[in-house]
Amino acid sequence: MTSGFGATGLLTPLIIGDVLGALDSIGVPVVQLLQMADSIAFITLAAIGLTVIFGMMGVINLAHGEFIMMGAYITTLSVNVVGLPLPVAMVLGALGTAAFGAIIERTIVRRLYGRLLDSMIVTFGLGLILTQGTRIIFGNSLQSIGTPFGEVPGYTYSAYRVLLLFAAIAVLGGAYLVFTRTEFGIQARATIQDAETARAMGVDTDRMYTVTFAIGSGLAGLTGALYAPSATIVPGMGQSFLVESFVTVVTGGSTVLLGTTLAGGVLGTIDAIFSNLYGNFIGQIALLLTAIIVIRLLPDGLTGLAHTVRDKLGERQ
Amino acid sequence: MSDNHVSRRRVLATGAAGVGTALAGCGGGSGSGGSGGDTIKIGVLEDRSGNFSLVGTPKWRASKLAVEEINDNGGIMGQQIELFDPDPQSDNQRYQQLTERLIQQEDVDALWAGYSSATREAIRPIIDREDQLYFYTTQYEGGVADKNVFCMGSTARQQLGSVVPYMIENFGTDIYTIAADYNFGQLSADWVKVIAQENGASVNNEEFIPLSNQNFGSTISNIQEADPDFVMAILVGNNHSSFWNQRTSAGLDIPMGTSTVMAQSYQHKRLEAPALQDVYGGFNYMEEIPTDRNEDYVSRYYDRFPDAGYANQESVNNYFSMYMYKEAVEEAGTTDQEAVRDVLEGGMEVTGDQSPEGDISLQGPVHHMTHNMRVMRCDAEHNITVEDERQIPEQFLSETVGIDLSGEDSELERQFTPTEYYDAAGE
Repeated sequence: MTSGFGATGLLTPLIIGDVLGALDSIGVPVVQLLQMADSIAFITLAAIGLTVIFGMMGVINLAHGEFIMMGAYITTLSVNVVGLPLPVAMVLGALGTAAFGAIIERTIVRRLYGRLLDSMIVTFGLGLILTQGTRIIFGNSLQSIGTPFGEVPGYTYSAYRVLLLFAAIAVLGGAYLVFTRTEFGIQARATIQDAETARAMGVDTDRMYTVTFAIGSGLAGLTGALYAPSATIVPGMGQSFLVESFVTVVTGGSTVLLGTTLAGGVLGTIDAIFSNLYGNFIGQIALLLTAIIVIRLLPDGLTGLAHTVRDKLGERQ
Repeated sequence: MSDNHVSRRRVLATGAAGVGTALAGCGGGSGSGGSGGDTIKIGVLEDRSGNFSLVGTPKWRASKLAVEEINDNGGIMGQQIELFDPDPQSDNQRYQQLTERLIQQEDVDALWAGYSSATREAIRPIIDREDQLYFYTTQYEGGVADKNVFCMGSTARQQLGSVVPYMIENFGTDIYTIAADYNFGQLSADWVKVIAQENGASVNNEEFIPLSNQNFGSTISNIQEADPDFVMAILVGNNHSSFWNQRTSAGLDIPMGTSTVMAQSYQHKRLEAPALQDVYGGFNYMEEIPTDRNEDYVSRYYDRFPDAGYANQESVNNYFSMYMYKEAVEEAGTTDQEAVRDVLEGGMEVTGDQSPEGDISLQGPVHHMTHNMRVMRCDAEHNITVEDERQIPEQFLSETVGIDLSGEDSELERQFTPTEYYDAAGE
């Protein structure tokens, strides 16, 4: 599997290098575009698991960062200790976190549906336990794994970070298909919208809740797995994803998958432009200001705006 | 046990009231009234959990090692050391509570506490109110002139004064500084400017990076665009460690100097090579220093703590300062804090096995150390080599400001900053 990376490593530089060179020569700000891809990928992937758990299920999961951390830990340990190839380790990271999510749903979260504040306190506590538990078991830090692929040909930019944009698009697309085009997805959404009616229609709602929560957890784990080669692997690493993830889901609004896509795009672009011009600190401020303005002007988030536009065009369904 | 019980209730009560320092008024009844007993009581507050546990745990270990060695060899003046070392959990409020408790209830003779400058500043008012002899052992921004505080770590001026001139001499005069966006990072960046000016170089770009930031794409491309002769990277904390992987995978190969990376949280051991290739640090200690004295210390450290990850720069400060305290008490003939302070202010030499970094000395009048500063280079395989070595004294308080805590300034309790004394700083 690792040789797969090697093969793409040989092929892609020629193509990507040529394309970027051509773009650069006609005045396209390539570095800014790379930065934008990186930011959009980070913000979207930070939010993706929360999109399902908070956006769809209404559970404010303050342990979201720790789920991401768990995915990163499983991935890193699988590579360093077991010796698995990186892609396999990443899949394990996502699956392992999904399994953990299923257990947590069955034992804890199950009792908290519709109890927003309670779910906050419980998941906050869960996050503390996971962080400190990880510290006790694995120590203060793990040996990190190097970042594959090297730099974008011709540019001082990590190719891996840019490729994560495609991972983000694939994950969002996959989640969209699962929740809109499969029978499971329709049953899951029905369960969350009106559990009683869904049960009357023969849906196993218990199972739906568990599986949906597990998918959300697994997506968070996948984010951790994808960022494991590029981040420092420490018990508190999940914290750095938390702000972006909640801001993105809230900014996105009620139609969660579309919302995350829109919000990830908007916030990532703003963050990239301002970081590039004025540094990371201003980038962060610009991102948060944008979120405040969006929520102030569009109480239903970006998808609220999308719905309004659609309604005005007379395409009400 | 009963002590624990009481303190736990107190902590709970404080938590309920939501006031960090509410204990101030109620400690009087529980003090044991002077430490004339048969043990010498020492408090060590170092983080073994929370954000700073990576750097705090080695500090705690080194203190414990020194205390055990001293006790095994007959203690201080024949008295065993009794160690009080609750875990402050990287939480400044907890630091304040524990500092109060160690001073008022346990009546410690000397206190070691804290990793970050924020922690030191959180407990310094308590230290000064109680006139508690206090050792701060982290490398820090410098400038603390406080009658009760002895700063054992090297200051930013000492660390940067070792590595910045080396970088200028070897790579050129165009400097790009990236620094953590808080007190320590900003003052360190000021020192880079001061030292650059003194050596005919200049800082032409500067970026301050929030501690929460772990995405360095724009920083890296901005550095590449400016194409400086070298970068001074004063990055702090776990999030910032991500910089090195990202720099390497982005192919940024401009040499980098630092005063913070590697020696404190051993990134060169934790990140996969060659993430730290061509990083040069100015430090008073790394465990790789190739002297017999140090190798002996490192083996004692790992024999005692086989699971330890690294013996970091701060840990060795905890270690030698415990021995320095022992010498001072024996010279004073008492643990009376005033008397011990007077001995320390007369200056001390720390030599032999007690100081793994090499022979060093305490500059009594300013309560800081003259350190054996080295420029350490990390290569592509993450091997560490010593490139330069010299004794560098604390200069800011002793020469620029002109402080004498043993004489005219004996009641001082403040911190000086370079912006007050240098035009180049703070521009």
